Order: sequence, then C-alpha cells, then structure tokens
Amino acid sequence: MVKNLMGWIEYRLPIMRVANQHAIQYPAPRNMNIWYMFGFLATIVLVNQIVTGVWLTMSYTPTAEEAFASVEYIMRDVEYGYILRYMHSTGASAFFIVIYLHMFRGMIYGSYQKPRELLWLFGMFIYLALMAEAFMGYVLPWGQMSYWGAQVIVSLFSAIPVIGPDLVIWIQGDYVISGATLNRFFALHVIALPLVIVILVFLHIVALHEVGSNNPDGTDVKRKKGSLSEGEKTKYKIHEYYTEKYDILDDIVPFFPHIVLKDLIGLSVFLIVFCYIMFFAPGMGGYFLEHPNFEIANPLKTPEHIFPVWYFTPFYAILKAVPHKLGGVIAMFSAIIFLALLPWIDRGKVKSWRYRCGLHTWNLLTFAAVFIFLGYLGGTPQEAWKIVASQIATIMYFGFFVLLFMYSKNERTKPVPSRITG
Amino acid sequence: MKKIILALSLLLSTGVMAAGSNVQLDTAEYDLTDKASLQSGAQMFMNYCLGCHQTQYQRYQRTFDDLDIPLEIGQANLMFTGEKPGDHIRNAMPSESAAKWFGAPPPDLTLVARVRGADWIYTYLRTFYVDDSRPFGVNNLVFPEVGMPHVLQELQGVPTRTSEKMLVDGEMVDRYVGIKADGTGELNAAEFDTAILNLVNYLVYIGEPSRLESENIGRWVLIFLLVLLVLVYLLKKDYWRDVH
Repeated sequence: MVKNLMGWIEYRLPIMRVANQHAIQYPAPRNMNIWYMFGFLATIVLVNQIVTGVWLTMSYTPTAEEAFASVEYIMRDVEYGYILRYMHSTGASAFFIVIYLHMFRGMIYGSYQKPRELLWLFGMFIYLALMAEAFMGYVLPWGQMSYWGAQVIVSLFSAIPVIGPDLVIWIQGDYVISGATLNRFFALHVIALPLVIVILVFLHIVALHEVGSNNPDGTDVKRKKGSLSEGEKTKYKIHEYYTEKYDILDDIVPFFPHIVLKDLIGLSVFLIVFCYIMFFAPGMGGYFLEHPNFEIANPLKTPEHIFPVWYFTPFYAILKAVPHKLGGVIAMFSAIIFLALLPWIDRGKVKSWRYRCGLHTWNLLTFAAVFIFLGYLGGTPQEAWKIVASQIATIMYFGFFVLLFMYSKNERTKPVPSRITG
Repeated sequence: MKKIILALSLLLSTGVMAAGSNVQLDTAEYDLTDKASLQSGAQMFMNYCLGCHQTQYQRYQRTFDDLDIPLEIGQANLMFTGEKPGDHIRNAMPSESAAKWFGAPPPDLTLVARVRGADWIYTYLRTFYVDDSRPFGVNNLVFPEVGMPHVLQELQGVPTRTSEKMLVDGEMVDRYVGIKADGTGELNAAEFDTAILNLVNYLVYIGEPSRLESENIGRWVLIFLLVLLVLVYLLKKDYWRDVH
C-alpha cells in the first residue's frame, strides 16, 4: 500500500531519485575534516533565520512610530518572544561566523580553483546578499544604531559621481532616513533578499554536486571511466549519475549517513555555543546587540561613536582608511571584488595549502590576521594611530592578492598524493 | 609578555570609563534572584522616578507577577493614578513641557540598564553634588551638566564633592576623593548605597524581564545538547567503524 503510493508519487515527482543523487548516494571524500562542516551549519542557520523571522514578523510593526515598541512587545508580551528574537539576533552573528570560516576553508584548500570557479562565485553572491540582508535587518528595531548605521551606509552611495545624491534619495524614499526607509527595508529584508539567498544557496549546492566536493588534500576522488579495477573502486552504492561519467575511487563515503553524522557532531557543538550565548549573554557584551541600540532612534541626537555591527567592521576600516570618500567606497567594494576574483588571481595548479609553498601558508595566515585586525580597527573608537594602522592593514589586505598572483605562476609545490591521505 | 598583558588591560579598562567623564565606575553587585531587593527597588522607582520617567514598555501586572507582589498590595502601594494592572507604567507628564523645564524630556527608563549598564546607573545616582552654578543647584560626576535635580536628596542629605590638595608634577591640584553627604538625609551612607543598589537591581530587571527565565530554560537546553552530542558521537563512531 505504502509502496504503491510511493511508486505513484515517484512516477510523477522524483523525490527518491533526488534524495539518492544529492544525499544518500552522493560521494563525499572521507577525509573531510572539521573545516568542512560550516556549509552545513550555514544552511541550518539560514533555516533558523527564516523560521524565527516568520514568527517575529507576526508581531513586528514596520513603522517609525511603532517599530521600537513592537520589538519590546515581542520581548515582553509575546509568549517566548524573547527566545525568538534572540535566536534571530544571535543567528545573524552566527551566520557570519560560519560563513567567514566557510570562506576561509575554501581559501586554504583551494576550493575556488578549477573547476569550482562558478561555485565560488555563487558563494560570493550569497555573501553579498547576506550583507544586504543583515544590514537591512539591523535597521528594523529602529534603535539609535539602526538609524545612524543606516545613515552612514546609505550615505556611501552619495559618493558616486553625478547620480549619487539622487540615488540616496531614491534608496531612502525620503530626503532623510525615515519611516519610508524603514518600511522598504522591511519589505526587502523579509521577502526579496531571503528569496534571492535561498535561490542562490540552491544554485550553490547544485553547482557543488556537479563538480563534486573538494577535500583537504585537493586530490580528485573521481577517475576517468574505465580506468579503475573493481578493487580500487568504492564499495559504497553511488548514484549512477556519478558512476556513469566516472569511476569513483575507494576514498569516499556516502553523504548520508556518514557525512551527515559527522556534521551532526559539529552541529551539536555549534548549538552548545550558540545556545549558551543566546540564553545567557545574547548581547555578547555589546557585539551582537549594541548597547546604544536599546535607545529609540532619535534623528536629532547623534551617538558619540557610530559603528556597524562586528561583521562589517573590517570593510568599515578599509572605508575609513582612504582619506577620500569615493576612493574609500571603491576600496571597500574592491575588497570584496578581489575576493570574488580569487579563482583567476590564483594561477596555481595545486589546491591545498598542504602541498603549496611556505609563502602561501604565511600569506593566508597573514590575510586572516589582517582581516581580524581590520575588524578591530573598524569597531573601536577612532584614534590617531588607528588611521595609519588601518591604512597599512588595507595595503596588506590587497597585498595578499598581489603576492598570490605573483608567486602562484611558478610556485615550488610539494608532490600531491594520488590518493587521499588520513 | 607581561608588558603586553599590562597594555591590554589598560586598553580594556578605558572601556569601562563613563562616556564624557573620567570617573571610574563602581561595580553594582545586583542580584536578580533577590526578590526583596527588587520589590524595594520597585517601590523606590514608583515613588521617586516615575513622576518624570516612564517605563512605557513594561506593564504593572508583569512587574507584580515577576517580583512576587500580590495584586492587591501592588495596586494599593505602587499604582497611584487609577491605572489598570494591564497598563504600561506611564506618567502624565507632557514631554513638551518637560523639555522646557529640564532642557530635554526625561528619558524613558525601561531599557536604561541595557543602554548605560548597571554600574553607570549605580555610580550616577550616588555622585550628585552641590554646584550652585547649575539651575537645580546640583551637578553630577559621571553626567556633567546634568539636567536632572537631585531627587533623592531627602534620602541622602546634601552631598558635597570632597577633594584634597595634592602635588602632581610640581603643581598643586585638587584631587577628587569622594562624595560626602551632610547627614540631613533619612538614610546613612551605607543604607543609601543599598537603596540605590535595589533601584539598580529593579532597573536591570525591567530592562530584560525574561533574564532569569531565559537562563533557567537555557540550562535544560544545554543539558539536552550535551546528551545529544554524546549520542551523535557514538552513532558516528559506529557508522564510521568500517571506513579505514
């Protein structure tokens, strides 16, 4: 009976085929380590943001008069409303933590290299959409930082020659940041951008499964059709979508249950940290929820210091490092564009940093340190030494790409093992 | 290494300085589980603060429930102008007139503890001092040129800023020592500090009324997740046994 029903559905909608092809019989390298769980975690956080977001929307009012009070209504009068709100606000920061780690994983193991260029680009588009989503979401509680943060970010567009000032008015829907701005940001935050992000994530995963997962060795687990003996092939059942085109080495495990179980360990650890923050310190000392944002937006009272939330501060530091408004905006966007162009900037053939030159390891670690340092500079009050420091750090940020471009052409690499290790 | 730690701790300690002044803030050792302290703080708030400052996002009923105050007692002692228990805690002061009287309308205090922090409020309320140059005759150490009168003077007495002459780099300067009340208040110095601490406790509570409930739920969630982690780990180990 059940089998008949399943068959009836499967004939009309390929549920099992898709589940088999993309999960149960998807070949994943068995040496995927801890760095490989952040994509899974990002998906979980995305689901969390959508589900809690739907419930928050039920009680939130997107007007300048009511927004702040409606958030406090959620915090006080809605049953477990404070949990929903903290899940959402902690989730926003968690999203960027896992995404930054996910991106750094891609960098150290060369996951952006051929044939995964498009996969990397989709990822960068997700990152961009996510930044827009987070920025607009931060405006919604209509606190002081919401208002003045929006002021700073939107005014960046005024640096664009000729159309800048008109563009700002068009974005704001008013001559100043106002209820009209809040209302359109709400629309974009709850409908337009989530839709874009979900579609991009779908494409990201489809593109990943087309080219296959990379691994810490950067060694391919697929071989030309007919080149492997039966003993060298994997003993697991792999979907014919993959086996028709390639022979799959005995270096893989099926995504489900093996990788999923590995990811579930990561998820449990992640949730322990996440829930600890969410239940015990949701403000994270002013980093996840900034203190001035508990004061209602006041267009007549500029806060002493205006910072974006922590995940934007590296780019904010780059913006401030350039003593020219348009130049700063260009530098800030270039910082992201350079990252997106990584597959073409890196001319190396070896993927993983395990088998690349020592300079590459040093370059990657310096880049990570510089990124964190820029975050510190952009998120703390301005001081004289920080201007010079952020200029040096900005040069070092771009220096990563310049160096990589130069040494990757004729790099002295170590021999890459033909089969995955460990 | 020691130098780095010193530099870092200096860097961090500047973070707790109050904005706009250089007074080191006193630590408010409040305790959200101390219902007596919270009740006393609520009483103080309703009697001394609510005349000018609202807590417009919080309802009377919620406050009574959380602080174990029976409704009749709350209505008789903490509600003065015929509100219903479900009403928000507001006052009748028109904010336009208030702006004229004080220079700025008195801010809503529902979230003041989340904006300023408990230590700031605790220090602020204890550092009013006589300053005849100000319209209300008092100034404040952590909030210079403050527009608020010293509402708690009947409790504290008349506070003066005491200082001592000191030789710094060859110059005689006045170094701030502390605030000293003249003893005309209803409370002595220690009692006054306790009263302020109760009020701070109440303001911290009202800033996030679900704090304790959140931590109670959080403990169970963390226990559940730790058990889940063990189970998932064992399951993974079992499935991966045949993978070399």
